[in-house]
Amino acid sequence: MAAETGPLEHPAQQDYERQLIQRIRDGDHEAFYVLIRPYEKRVYAAALALLRNDADAEDCAQEAVLKAFKNIRQFRSEAKFSTWLIQIAINEARMRRRKQRTDLIEPIEKDQGEEETYAPREFADWREIPSETLERKEVREKLAEALSSIGQIYREVFVLRDMEQLSIEETANALGISTASVKTRLLRARLMLRDLLAPGLDGPWSRDLSFAKGVKPW
Amino acid sequence: MVIKCEQVWREVSDYLDGEVRPELRAAIEEHVRGCQRCTAVLEGTRNVVQLYGDERMMEVPLGFSRRLHQRLEGNMSRSRRTFLGWVIAGAASVFVAGGIEVARSSVFSGPSLRSEHARPSNGVPPDMMVIVAEDGKTFHVAGCPFIHDKARLRTIPAHQAEQEGYAPCVRCMKKYLDSTASTEPQSPERRNS
Repeated sequence: MAAETGPLEHPAQQDYERQLIQRIRDGDHEAFYVLIRPYEKRVYAAALALLRNDADAEDCAQEAVLKAFKNIRQFRSEAKFSTWLIQIAINEARMRRRKQRTDLIEPIEKDQGEEETYAPREFADWREIPSETLERKEVREKLAEALSSIGQIYREVFVLRDMEQLSIEETANALGISTASVKTRLLRARLMLRDLLAPGLDGPWSRDLSFAKGVKPW
Repeated sequence: MVIKCEQVWREVSDYLDGEVRPELRAAIEEHVRGCQRCTAVLEGTRNVVQLYGDERMMEVPLGFSRRLHQRLEGNMSRSRRTFLGWVIAGAASVFVAGGIEVARSSVFSGPSLRSEHARPSNGVPPDMMVIVAEDGKTFHVAGCPFIHDKARLRTIPAHQAEQEGYAPCVRCMKKYLDSTASTEPQSPERRNS
């Protein structure tokens, strides 16, 4: 089974990680490469969700991994390493966002209407999308584009929950918000993305990539 | 219990996460069966969760891992040099000996251990009975809301599902593994089988 990175973490995986962490603390720095390898993509994805810029996200991810290495002695063994690492990346990204706030232009819906019920706008029939669809770069790019178009507060919840596969509680802790807010924002994020994607993803553009000819890609 | 479209829209996220109580779950399913619009909303939202939950959506720039490891290596080398300098400058011979030992253990000596971890398993017990759909790509715990083609399901052991090319559903399998966290853990070797 191909699972170079995996959100599925069995207790035995955590035991193995605890052993690696002990080796690192004992001076075996090489073990750190082994420890972080399954999470490299996740650290980058978390950073990118908040920063929306490839170069910033990469630098942020590197910095987060370095901080994890330097602070490995502070890691509490009862915690999950992946959650701790992602939390460091989120903190780093948020700090950078505060520094560059003026550079970021957020979509209009940011912070607006969070408590209101979101009514879906598109009711196009959307059958199951085969996972092979994701082999196509165009599709992945369109999905990424849709994700970057929703408001920050929705995007960060969606990425942590649906891409990083954190639990509702872990997402709430990582972002410093209540579980109720996580659920509200997650619902809205999922529905907004569905609205953006439903009209096009299994429509004509997906079959013949005709969005360049004027067919709405979403 | 009869519910309206608006309530389905409010609950669709919790429904997919398996977070609604049984009577509400039944009411949603009953409503969706007779409502084309809510079917579209439910199926579309399910697609969103599945597509974005796929590992292929987590792309990194070309050379990301190499650059990350280079930066780490540089940092580790610096910290090692600092440590050695401190040792040479002021420590007694016993500390010098200890410093050399620590330094020796921290020398980077190739990626052998990393390749050992290149194929971590997902921890699903091989003999666990799982559900697969004929045209599906993932295997599930019974009752998982992400099973699409409910008309053509088979129940087979997890190892057979893996042999047939099915991947674990990140939703229900994660929940299952979390719920078994207190049971006897498997060894890393078994997980790699």
